[in-house]
Amino acid sequence: MKTEQRKGYFGQFGGQFIPELLMPPLNELEEACRTIMPGEAFRRELDTLLSEFAGRPTPLTRCDTLSKQLGFTLWLKREDLLHTGAHKVNNTLGQALLAKHMGKTRLVAETGAGQHGVATAAAAARLGLECTVFMGQTDIERQASNVARMKLLGAKVIPAVSGTKTLKDAINEALRHWIVEQKTTHYCFGTAAGPHPFPTLVRDLQTVIGRETKARMRELIGRLPDAVLACVGGGSNAIGMFHPFATDPEAANVRLIGVEAGGTGEKGCYNSAPLNLGTPGTLHGQYSMLLQDEDGQVQPSHSVSAGLDYPGVGPEHAFFQSTGRVEYRIITDDGALRAFQTLSKAEGIIPALESSHALAWVLENPGAFPADGHVVVNLSGRGDKDMDIIAAHLPHIFANDQGGAA
Amino acid sequence: MKRPSLEERIIAARKAGRFAKVPFITAGFPDEERFCRAVVELDANGADIIEIGIPFSDPVADGPVVEDASRRVLEKGMTLHRTLDLLRPLAADLQAGLVFMGYYNPFLQYGLERLADDSAAMGVQGFIVPDLPLEESGPMRKALDARGIDLIALVGPNTGDERMREYAGTARGYVYVVSTLGTTGVRKNLPPEAEHTVGRARNAFRVPVALGFGLSHPDQVRAMADPPDVLVFGSSLLRHLDAGGSAAEYMERWAAV
Repeated sequence: MKTEQRKGYFGQFGGQFIPELLMPPLNELEEACRTIMPGEAFRRELDTLLSEFAGRPTPLTRCDTLSKQLGFTLWLKREDLLHTGAHKVNNTLGQALLAKHMGKTRLVAETGAGQHGVATAAAAARLGLECTVFMGQTDIERQASNVARMKLLGAKVIPAVSGTKTLKDAINEALRHWIVEQKTTHYCFGTAAGPHPFPTLVRDLQTVIGRETKARMRELIGRLPDAVLACVGGGSNAIGMFHPFATDPEAANVRLIGVEAGGTGEKGCYNSAPLNLGTPGTLHGQYSMLLQDEDGQVQPSHSVSAGLDYPGVGPEHAFFQSTGRVEYRIITDDGALRAFQTLSKAEGIIPALESSHALAWVLENPGAFPADGHVVVNLSGRGDKDMDIIAAHLPHIFANDQGGAA
Repeated sequence: MKRPSLEERIIAARKAGRFAKVPFITAGFPDEERFCRAVVELDANGADIIEIGIPFSDPVADGPVVEDASRRVLEKGMTLHRTLDLLRPLAADLQAGLVFMGYYNPFLQYGLERLADDSAAMGVQGFIVPDLPLEESGPMRKALDARGIDLIALVGPNTGDERMREYAGTARGYVYVVSTLGTTGVRKNLPPEAEHTVGRARNAFRVPVALGFGLSHPDQVRAMADPPDVLVFGSSLLRHLDAGGSAAEYMERWAAV
């Protein structure tokens, strides 16, 4: 089943709401997706990069302690074990390789917390491409270690000083940069959103998550799971996990649940849940669900998890919401922080705060799943990067215990 | 008396041996009172068409000057509704044509049909939407066409001849040539490809050709062998107003061409 009907559209969502000056590079990219990506040489090179550089396939880990408490079997798809610590590298390796085949010599990327920036910088270094990353000035200040990692990997980090000085402004700056440098440069967009063909391109590079999950589940339990969950910011890890299920008639009974970030959850406070709390609108080249005011101005977003902190969401999620194939729920900052601690203690795995949202929905709603069933959570990233945020929110974890001085 | 169309205004200026002049000003900039005064002064001092910039939180086609103006007026509460309210009492007395330039989302949220109705009622004659390429322009064009408002196409140095001809099929008013692969903003020199793009646009389009992005001084076009019909200038005007200057003195700069 194809979810893309009109070119670049998923139902009524998607499109190319972008300056005419970017249409030629977008068309060039679309052409490359059609001609280069399906080719044998490209597939082989990408498979090698994914297995020998990034560490694919990633395991499915059974959570024995939590499964006992929950009354069903909880599995984690371990994207956190990938090189650079998250699913992001599936996308950046694919796009960097594509850029190279297209004859481009540079990558430009946006980054919020820095994860996509680091994954892009690593892919660029590996493939011998120059790399420029735009990052909001505010984010640069609060994510200093990721800035250092990008620089170490040879990338140039340019502060985005316009607007709210966060991810959405970094995207604006990267798009402006791409207008000027389109001849030599590929825009390595970080999520399955933005103008066509990015939602399709990024999805196709991330569906390895869902394909591996299906195949491994069949090996381990002889069937597909009852439910699959993933967190949704821009939505690339979730679409990568969901798409192979949503388009497979044999997976029609697999429940798919995307979990958005509700922020503090207080009324009137900013959140990062456009599918649940937004309205349709255009931003960064796409028509999709959006956090905006009644004048059509984009609202700032908020989440404790920087990777979900974005006012828009990929158009295919808006489509899956409209058809009802995927349910979209909300978890607040507190819920994610609790799940973060629970998984760490119960299973010895520190999850990213992003992925903690998906996990939290399972922990808070065990009755939603069949007893003795099988539930998979996409653990999209590892939580080591979140220690500064954890120190701010859960200071007791970092407090010196009595007599603990060594 | 029927208002001349945008195209008729441009043709009249060319017949008089001069360029049609199109200043751009962000709605409500630097403040509401000075904005309204500037519109009246632009009208009285040689503007053939006035482009009103509708502010947007995420203006990807704009450089720092227009983006900053947009952010500042939004902080003071400017909206599309408020822009229409400010201009409504002025519009009837303006000699110049009025064009709205803004990003798609505020127009979409206002409602395209309602926007076309309300704009037509106060005499707005054109719209420029920098994030609405040909493929996405159908619904807006349909709403505007029904009220006789022009949707003005934007093309640039990387727009091929064939693509220009596709735009030409639906072009009305004028075609806006972006001088360079870049964003709006003041540039000392126009890139050499600007003149070439103007020439290609002239071949492809039946409507007059406007040049913008980077224009700040008439010397930039004096040397051109194949000049455009229309000069659009925004960032240099915003800077001038922001520094306390008046729109009337700014327009003197362009009086000789």
